[in-house]
Amino acid sequence: MVPLNIRVGFFLALRALKRASLWTTSLIVFVMVLTFLNLVVISGILVGLLQGAVDAVRTEYTSDVIVSTLSDKSYIENSGNLIALTKDLLGVERVTARYIEPSRLEAGYQTRKESDKPDTANALVVGIDPEEEDAISGISKDIIEGEFLEAGDYDKIVLGNYLLKQYILFETPGLATLDNVGIGTKIRLHVGDVTREVTVKGILKSKVDEIALRAFMVDTQFRSIIGRNDGNVDEIAIKINEDTTPEEVRDALALRGVKQDARVQTFEEAQPQAFKDIISTFNMLGAMFSSIGLVVASVTIFIVIFVNALTRRKYIGILKGIGVSGRAIEYSYVFQSIFYAVIGSALGLLLVYGFLVPYFAANPIDFPFSDGILVAPYEQTFFRVGLLVVSTVIAGYIPAWMIIRRNTLDSILGRN
Amino acid sequence: MVRTKQLVKTFKNGDVFTPVLKGIDFAASQGEWVAIMGRSGAGKSTFLYQMSLLDDPTSGEIVIDGHDTHEMSVNEKMQFRLSKFGFVFQDYALLPELTALENVALPLLMQDLSKADAYGKALAALERADLGHRTGNLPSQLSGGEQQRVSIVRAVAHEPKILFADEPTANLDNESSRRIMEIFTDLHKAGQTIIMVTHEDQYANLTQRIIHLDDGRIISEEKK
Repeated sequence: MVPLNIRVGFFLALRALKRASLWTTSLIVFVMVLTFLNLVVISGILVGLLQGAVDAVRTEYTSDVIVSTLSDKSYIENSGNLIALTKDLLGVERVTARYIEPSRLEAGYQTRKESDKPDTANALVVGIDPEEEDAISGISKDIIEGEFLEAGDYDKIVLGNYLLKQYILFETPGLATLDNVGIGTKIRLHVGDVTREVTVKGILKSKVDEIALRAFMVDTQFRSIIGRNDGNVDEIAIKINEDTTPEEVRDALALRGVKQDARVQTFEEAQPQAFKDIISTFNMLGAMFSSIGLVVASVTIFIVIFVNALTRRKYIGILKGIGVSGRAIEYSYVFQSIFYAVIGSALGLLLVYGFLVPYFAANPIDFPFSDGILVAPYEQTFFRVGLLVVSTVIAGYIPAWMIIRRNTLDSILGRN
Repeated sequence: MVRTKQLVKTFKNGDVFTPVLKGIDFAASQGEWVAIMGRSGAGKSTFLYQMSLLDDPTSGEIVIDGHDTHEMSVNEKMQFRLSKFGFVFQDYALLPELTALENVALPLLMQDLSKADAYGKALAALERADLGHRTGNLPSQLSGGEQQRVSIVRAVAHEPKILFADEPTANLDNESSRRIMEIFTDLHKAGQTIIMVTHEDQYANLTQRIIHLDDGRIISEEKK
């Protein structure tokens, strides 16, 4: 059985809300929606800036788990066995292997005079199986000029946009780029002592440095250029299914002794430390903005309830005069506050998950280093809804309590 | 039923003390209808507020239905008002966001009646006062006379021991005032104890006893 004061408080609150001015109610709810958006969206976009970059690195480069060369080795030893082992692991969907070698690219050599400075750029050239690579990283979607590689392509290369001068907005000291290079341009590839003339087949544009600063060739040819005929590779990206976690695959590989030959990392572990630091800084900033939002919401509700209780002081006096307890009247204001907070949050939730999250997923904010999305994890959002409701209830209770404790007759007669 | 002894009420405003009641001895028995009269500022309403426990006297004694109210806490007084008193205010004092039915049902709900019982009792009381057709109306949709009738119904729906009325006809035209006094007469005939402040002789004459106040003291008493 619900206690009497709560029942009467609810009865009074329901009628007060039902017969309140529509404009006033709408305005309060509107303020609550804005507060909710302030709580969720500001920090969500801040974190989303980084999350967009994290997602892009995961999608286009590391996939869910990445196996790379140990720092004291030139490549992953026993790569063939490792790839076979990985493919057999439960939960592994696809695997792609990459050969990577530091190289120098040279353009304009056909017309260059002896006295001219060579037009060169350093790049990591990656030998890939185009089909497997694309199935995992989907980088063919990043092609902005020309075409992506196909199996059987020979002397064809795809360049990342940061290797080309026309795609660099601001000159970066230390970053050499190729000038006047487009689709069909022949360039020289210098790998160790080997020099080979290749044709630019496509240009990739990505905000992931590991794509934008790399050049790609078909692995079968690249293997022969770097003289790697033992099948050992430099990087293996592993895509897993939804029922498996990256940690499970990492641990399964570690259990099978893979750590002796390679470094195994989940996509999160592979993120640069600076990235993680920025994420935690942005999270802190988001929490700060949220706190300010909460204070604004609390003050708003405090003022609304205080003005409401003050203008209704006479009626509060009458309620007490006819025997309605102060506690029941306090509950009625608390219920009204809860109503404003819950309706405001519900509309905010609808706006966030029904419109803003899908909108930013489809139309990310174009930042130089990432495609910013709106990050609003359910558990965090509902925690903030809880915070909003609690702070609103407190902000609604205090002014009601202040007015109700005044002398009943003074309230009825409007005496101070 | 109600007894006051040497009741004193002094208002304090900064360093200024204003004595309004200067030692009133009064008693009303069960079923009695008493009118309190006096010129403006005589202390009529203040006296009523002390007896109805809406305000605390500066000194003196108030005993109601055998209970000394001096030692009661705020909550006990509130509970006492709820269970034993009905109050009719000069300006009706209906809650603007509640319909006539809800205004009457509210004190009944506060007495822990179920919603159905409270509404049923309130509806029956309103119908007895010829307000059955106005149950769903808000106070702003009622005339002054109708509002005061709803206010009386609210005050007596829970069958209080004492009905206090503070100038219940002050804001009403003659016809409405006459109807209100008919209701009071019927309530009195049914055994209701009524203590009413009024400044109108014609309505005071309907009561059994008239107390005249002046300068915070009872200066005369007429029994009918």
